[in-house]
Amino acid sequence: MTKINYTIKDQTGIHARPAGMLVKLASSFKSDIKIETDEKSADAKKIFAVMGLNAKCGQTITVSAEGEDENEAIEKIESFLSNNL
Amino acid sequence: MKIYNGECISGGVAIGKIVFIKKKKPNAEHTVVLDSQSEKKRFFDALEAAKRELENLYECTKQTVNEESAEIFDIHKMMLEDDDYINSIIEEIENNHTNAEYAVCETGKKFAKIFSSMDDEYMKSRSVDVEDISQRVVSSLKGEKCACSILSEPSIVVADELTPSETVQLDKRFISAIVSAKGSALSHAAILANIMNIPALIGADIPLEESLDGKTAAVDAYNGKIYLEPDKDVLSSLQGKIEEDKKRLEQFEKYRGKETVTADNKKIMLYCNISSPDDADYVLKNDAEGIGLFRSEFLYMGRATPPNEEEQFNAYKQVAEKMKDKCVIIRTFDLGADKQAEFMEFEAEENPALGMRGIRLSLSRENLFRTQLRAICRAAVYGNLYVMYPMISSLSEIHRVKAICKSVQEELINNGEKTGEIKQGIMIETPASAIISDELAKEVDFFSIGTNDLTQYTLAADRQNQSLGETYDMFHPAIFRLIEMVCENAHKNNIWVGLCGELGGKEDAIPKLIDLGIDELSVSPKKVLPTRRIISNSQAHPQDLMK
Repeated sequence: MTKINYTIKDQTGIHARPAGMLVKLASSFKSDIKIETDEKSADAKKIFAVMGLNAKCGQTITVSAEGEDENEAIEKIESFLSNNL
Repeated sequence: MKIYNGECISGGVAIGKIVFIKKKKPNAEHTVVLDSQSEKKRFFDALEAAKRELENLYECTKQTVNEESAEIFDIHKMMLEDDDYINSIIEEIENNHTNAEYAVCETGKKFAKIFSSMDDEYMKSRSVDVEDISQRVVSSLKGEKCACSILSEPSIVVADELTPSETVQLDKRFISAIVSAKGSALSHAAILANIMNIPALIGADIPLEESLDGKTAAVDAYNGKIYLEPDKDVLSSLQGKIEEDKKRLEQFEKYRGKETVTADNKKIMLYCNISSPDDADYVLKNDAEGIGLFRSEFLYMGRATPPNEEEQFNAYKQVAEKMKDKCVIIRTFDLGADKQAEFMEFEAEENPALGMRGIRLSLSRENLFRTQLRAICRAAVYGNLYVMYPMISSLSEIHRVKAICKSVQEELINNGEKTGEIKQGIMIETPASAIISDELAKEVDFFSIGTNDLTQYTLAADRQNQSLGETYDMFHPAIFRLIEMVCENAHKNNIWVGLCGELGGKEDAIPKLIDLGIDELSVSPKKVLPTRRIISNSQAHPQDLMK
């Protein structure tokens, strides 16, 4: 299991556009990927779940991956987050 | 003739026949279907058809509007691929032996509720997206054709609320105006109306009935009015406005790509005011030469914790890179007891307008101030950034601020961080700063006159107080005298003076301001071309021409 924490910088939080891109990215990996906030947890491959997190600017999310490509997944997701959220 | 009201989302005037778009709630009759297997297949087929439609819509919108507006359809497609959504529908079909239409409707309602019950405005508006995709699948199941070509002539579109699909599928050539009962400034329809420059009203109180369809209406979005079956007088006056608007737009377009110079050849810097990084696109689209006021408050408001350095750095860098070598003037946070920022923990004040705000607040929360300055200095590497300090009223304030800025830069350099050169200016918005502007000019690289507050403080009149009427007079001679004095003092000390208040957006004021010696005007993006035109017909201050 590989994990990272990330604090959202984008003023709008996780809104539709990056949520969609994040789901697409997560879906390209074999590992199970989860995104958690203080209050909720979501399967990163499901757009309703990710948007439903209602994660706002300033909030810290924990992304965890479990599976054969978990390291690559976390690395790519971390890079996506820094560039888009 | 009946007259109704609405809130203007996008200005303009239009006259035409109404096309009434019925609210399509994905309602479907509930029937019992025992053969769940074939019902599931029907659903999956319809789902695929809906996804293909969305792919087409994405392409079509990308071509006719822009990629950003098209992305919503990509999101819609992802929603249709979401396992939770699909499983909910399948369960309904299998466990309750319902028809696919009903199953999709119920799931659509369930998911729409998840969004509409969120406290975030943006997320609430997304419930419309869920209804939209569910409607699409239901239409597909019913064998209904995509409602694309209902417009065949220029029409005034009236609806309860327009979904993204509806807004995009309407043939652009034939939308003269949009009137919706619901909707918000964050809705897709509002965003599109603005990009396409179509008059649009939301929150309209016009009763929504099918009988509206085909009736003539006139929309005066500037004044938030809808005239149903307008009489001759209204028609001719609005027709006149339409002609004027058209001619004006043609006139203004002539100034695109041109330099901003007065009739006697003084170059004026024509910039824009923005409130968020996204606005920078409109600055460029409207041919402005820079950003004269980048209000940084958006980073601080409506949140529980202050923005950290990285977040700020990214926001400033984004704008710096977009604007390339064009000037971007960032105003440090101008917050006060009357502007929300929960984490600041403001003490209640008797006179917030005269209290702990602007630079006073920054100096009393030095950590926050230093964080902002660090972010600005780091972002300065990526473009042409300037910084501006609000509510200055004394020389000692400037000394303190400059010392802090200097120490921030030294700190960054010592830590091996990249920092850019940064010019520092101040807002002239207190009478004190205007009066001692000769001394202040020696200490900074530029001035920007904030006429909104300057007028308020000089006339001792609250600009929010409606009962004051004429007492609050933007054009009061005292203001112009102060502006004249500030310009003189600035130029004596070889710095430039800009203006970023509402007065800069008033057509009647501009020639006077140019005559008084203003070197830079910062206006809203839509006013850039019209302002360039007015400036080209104005004369500069005689002193300025002797350079």
